[in-house]
Amino acid sequence: MNTDLLLQLITNGLIVGLLYGVVGMCFVLVYKSTQIVNFAQGEFLLLGAWVCWAFLVYMQIPFFLGFIFTMIFMAIFGVLLQLIVLRPMIGEPIISVIMVTIGLSIFFQALTKWIFGVAPQSYPKVFEADSVNILGMSIEPAYLMSMVIAVLIMIGFYLFFKHSKHGLAMRATAFDQQAAQSLGISVKQVFAMSWGIAATVSATAGVVMGMVNGVSDSLSVMGIKVFPAVILGGLDSIVGAIVGGLTIGVLENLAEFFDSQFLHIGNMYDIAPFYVLLIILWFKPYGLFGTKDIERI
Amino acid sequence: MSTSVTMRPCGDFRTSYKQDTTIFETKTIRWFAILAIAFACFAPFILDAYYLTLFIQVSYLGIAALGLNILVGFTGQISLGHGAFFGFGAFASAWLNTQFNIPVVFCIPLAGFLTMAVGMMFGMPAARIKGLYLAIATLAAQFIIEDFFGRAEWFSGGSAGSLAEPINIFGFTFDTDESFYYVALFALVFMFIWGCNLMRTRDGRAFVAVRDHYLSAEIMGVKLNKYRLLSFGISSFYAGIGGALYAHYLGYVSAEGFTIFMSIQFLAMVIIGGLGSIKGTLMGVVFMVLLPEAMEASVSLVKETSIGAHPMLVDGLAYIKEMAIGLVIILFLIFEPEGLAHRWNQIKNYWKSYPFAY
Repeated sequence: MNTDLLLQLITNGLIVGLLYGVVGMCFVLVYKSTQIVNFAQGEFLLLGAWVCWAFLVYMQIPFFLGFIFTMIFMAIFGVLLQLIVLRPMIGEPIISVIMVTIGLSIFFQALTKWIFGVAPQSYPKVFEADSVNILGMSIEPAYLMSMVIAVLIMIGFYLFFKHSKHGLAMRATAFDQQAAQSLGISVKQVFAMSWGIAATVSATAGVVMGMVNGVSDSLSVMGIKVFPAVILGGLDSIVGAIVGGLTIGVLENLAEFFDSQFLHIGNMYDIAPFYVLLIILWFKPYGLFGTKDIERI
Repeated sequence: MSTSVTMRPCGDFRTSYKQDTTIFETKTIRWFAILAIAFACFAPFILDAYYLTLFIQVSYLGIAALGLNILVGFTGQISLGHGAFFGFGAFASAWLNTQFNIPVVFCIPLAGFLTMAVGMMFGMPAARIKGLYLAIATLAAQFIIEDFFGRAEWFSGGSAGSLAEPINIFGFTFDTDESFYYVALFALVFMFIWGCNLMRTRDGRAFVAVRDHYLSAEIMGVKLNKYRLLSFGISSFYAGIGGALYAHYLGYVSAEGFTIFMSIQFLAMVIIGGLGSIKGTLMGVVFMVLLPEAMEASVSLVKETSIGAHPMLVDGLAYIKEMAIGLVIILFLIFEPEGLAHRWNQIKNYWKSYPFAY
C-alpha cells in the first residue's frame, strides 16, 4: 500500500472538500432563504473565474484588484438575476423553479463557451514559489491560498449570521417568512442579498479553482458535485454543507486511490459521490444535520 | 343527447363521466384527426426527405417526452434522468438484437420493458422521497447510467458504441427515410393513443390524484408507492421505446449522446408543451425540434450582411443554439408557465366566442 500517495490524496481531498463546503454553503444559503434549489451554482463559479481571467489577461489589472472587481461584478450579477429571473417564480411549483435554474445553467454555460471558447486557459502567475513544503508534503501555494480563503469565508459566514443585522434578518426570514415580514424585514431585500452573496462567494471559489486547474468548462461540474455534499449534510444546514463537502472531497479521492490500487474500474473519482448520494437518499434522505420535513394536514 | 356532436356547445353540458373523458370531444375533431393521419400516410410522396427526417425526430423524441409528461405532468414526480433511460432503451434494443438474434420488431418492445425495469429500480427512492430530493436522486441516476454506458463493453460496446440493424418485417427492410417514416408514424400514433387511454383508466386517474394532493389520494385508497413506482415504470417504458426507435433509425448508438443535457431537453419539451397535456407534449417536441433549425435558418439569412459574416456568429452557432434552449426555458416559465397547450386553448376559446364574448 502506498501510504505517501494516500496521504497526499487525503490532503487534496480535504482542500477540495473545503471548496465543496464553500460552494455547498452558498447553495444552502440560497435554499434556506429563498426555497430555491440552485442548479446554476456551478455557472457562478464558471462565470466568476472567466470574468476574473478577463480582467487579468485582457485588461492587465493586478490580481488583487481584478479579484475585487470580480466580486463586485458577481454581487451585482447575483442580485440582478434574482430580480429579473427568480422573482417572477415566487410561488410557482418546484418543478418550474428547478427548471428555471437549469435553464440559467444551460444559458450561461453556452454563453461562456461562446465568448471565451472551450480551451482551458490558465491564470497569469500569482505566486513566486512552485510548491510549499509542509510536513513533508508538497502543496501548491494556490491550494494553500484556497484553503485560507475557504476558512476565511466560513468564519465570515459565521460572523455575518451571528453578529450582523442583515444576517439576523436572513436567519429570521429562513425561519419564518411571514413572521419576518410582519416584523418589518424586507423579504425581497433578503432574497436579493442571498443571491448576491451566493454568487460572490461561489465566484471566489471559482477563481481559486481556476488558479489551480485553469479555467474551463469543467468548473461548472462543481455545481453538480455539490449535490452529494449538501444532501449528505442536510439541504438546510450550513454546518452540514461544510461537513458534507469535506467528506465528499476526501471520499472521492479515497475512491480514486482504492480504484487505482486495487479495483481498476476507472472513472471512480467522478462517479463515486453519486453512488454515495443515492445511498444517503435511500437511508437518510434529510442528511446528517437537515431538519426533517414533517407534513401536517 | 347523442354521444358525439358536431360542434362543441358553448358552455359545459356534459352529463356523464364518459362524455368527460372522451378523447375526441366532437365528431369534427375526430374526422380531422383521422384525416390528418390519412394525409400523413401520403406525406413521403409529397414532402422532401428533410421534412421526413424532422418528423422521424419528432416521433422518437415525442414518444419519450410523452413518457416524461406522464411522470412529471400527470404524477408530479420530477426526473432528471430521462435522457439516460432513452439511451438505455437504444442500447438495450441493439444489444438484444445482436446478442440473442431476436428480430428487431420484438427487440423494440423488449427494450421498452428492460428500460422499464431499470427505471423502476432508480425510481424506488420515490417511495420515500419526493420533490427536489427526487430530482437530485434522478440526477444521480443519470450520471450512474451514463457511466455504465461508458464502461459496460458487453452491453454498449464501450466507447466504440454499438451497431443497430434496421427494422425488418417479412423480408422488407425499413432502412430509408421514406420507409422508416411509416414505422415512426405508426409508433407515434400508437403510443399517443395508448397514452390518452391510459389517462382515462383508474391508473391514470390515480396518477393525477397523487399529483394533485397525495395525502388525500392516500386517504382515498390510492397506494402511493405503487403508483409512484408505476409511473416511473411507464415513463421509462416510453423512453425505452423512443430510444430503441432512435437506435434502429440511425443504425448506430454511441455513448456520448445521452447526457444530462438530453434529459434537460426532454424536460424542456414537456414544460414548453404544457405539463399534464398529451397534445401539449407533441407541441413542445415540435417546438424543440424546430428551434435549432430556425436558429440555423436565421443565421444563414443574415450571412450575407456584414453582421452575419462575423466569425462569432458562424463558428458559435452550436453555442447560440444551446443558449436559445436555455433562454426559451426561462422565458416560457416566466411568461407562459402552462405551456403551448394552454395558449392554444386560449386562442381556440377566443375564436369560439368571437365576436361576442358572453
